[in-house]
Amino acid sequence: MELDRIENILEKYFQGETTIAEEKELKEYFSSPNVAQHLEQYQPIFGYFSQVKQQKSMQEIPLQTKKRNVAWLSIAASAVVLLGVGTYFFVSEKNAAPAVAQSELGTYDDPEEALAATQKALALLSNNVNVGIESVQYINEYEQSKNKIFKQ
Amino acid sequence: MNQNVFIELINPFKDKVFRLAKRLLTSTEEAEDATQEVMVKLWNKKDNLDSYNNIEAVAMTMTKNYCLDQLKSKRAGNLKIVHNNYTDREPQLDKKLEDSNSLEWVEKIINELPEQLQILIQLRDVEQYEFDEIAKIVNMNETAIRVALSRARKKIRESMINTHSYGIR
Repeated sequence: MELDRIENILEKYFQGETTIAEEKELKEYFSSPNVAQHLEQYQPIFGYFSQVKQQKSMQEIPLQTKKRNVAWLSIAASAVVLLGVGTYFFVSEKNAAPAVAQSELGTYDDPEEALAATQKALALLSNNVNVGIESVQYINEYEQSKNKIFKQ
Repeated sequence: MNQNVFIELINPFKDKVFRLAKRLLTSTEEAEDATQEVMVKLWNKKDNLDSYNNIEAVAMTMTKNYCLDQLKSKRAGNLKIVHNNYTDREPQLDKKLEDSNSLEWVEKIINELPEQLQILIQLRDVEQYEFDEIAKIVNMNETAIRVALSRARKKIRESMINTHSYGIR
């Protein structure tokens, strides 16, 4: 390559008037081993430009396409939670229902009927208590014979 | 537009976005964040990407604006962050020490230029965009770009000559 030509292009380069092709020519010239001595000072400039162009980004670019899926997922999750809570209350209410019904057993609207029923219930209770007392009566026999033997 | 189509679309200029961000923000991590930010913004606009006739130019403009915003907010917070991690990720072991040293010099010199000039150098001298493409990205006319570029290149030359002959003259 003629030195004249390179010097010429270099001059144009510093005036900002070179084309891309001419700039490529300069880069090639300065990356070759035989650069004229008085032009060696420009070598690092063009060397640097070529070197920098080798740099590459090492990073992956995260593109979010799953945004909508996440929204659907949260909707599904909340539906499951609501269903769970709903079922829990539904089931526990069902269990509680008989207990309430039992406590309401024996309610009478008519007072006389209520009195009769109460007396009947109390009589039943006292009958059972009397049965209990009868079965303990014979303990008195022991008491009497003990008193006969051990006279105080 | 699905993910694969989008990736296909951005692949040709993804690294250009990254390099422009790195030029302005200096740190690799921040440049990667910026790249990600720009790509996600593009992805969110994916339904009307077709209305742009040059998506690459749009992406580069977004990158430029995003980085300048970042720099501005950092300065407003009075935080001057100096990064010294100029590690290049490519293994260039065969490079001579002296060589990489002077390449680092170039990097330092370019980093000291005003941001607008840095952007132009990056777009033209590194990425080799045509002037009409640069005009779209930075929203300047071509003549102004040529003038500014010439100024930037001369500044680099000046600093290089000073470094080169440091201690000699």
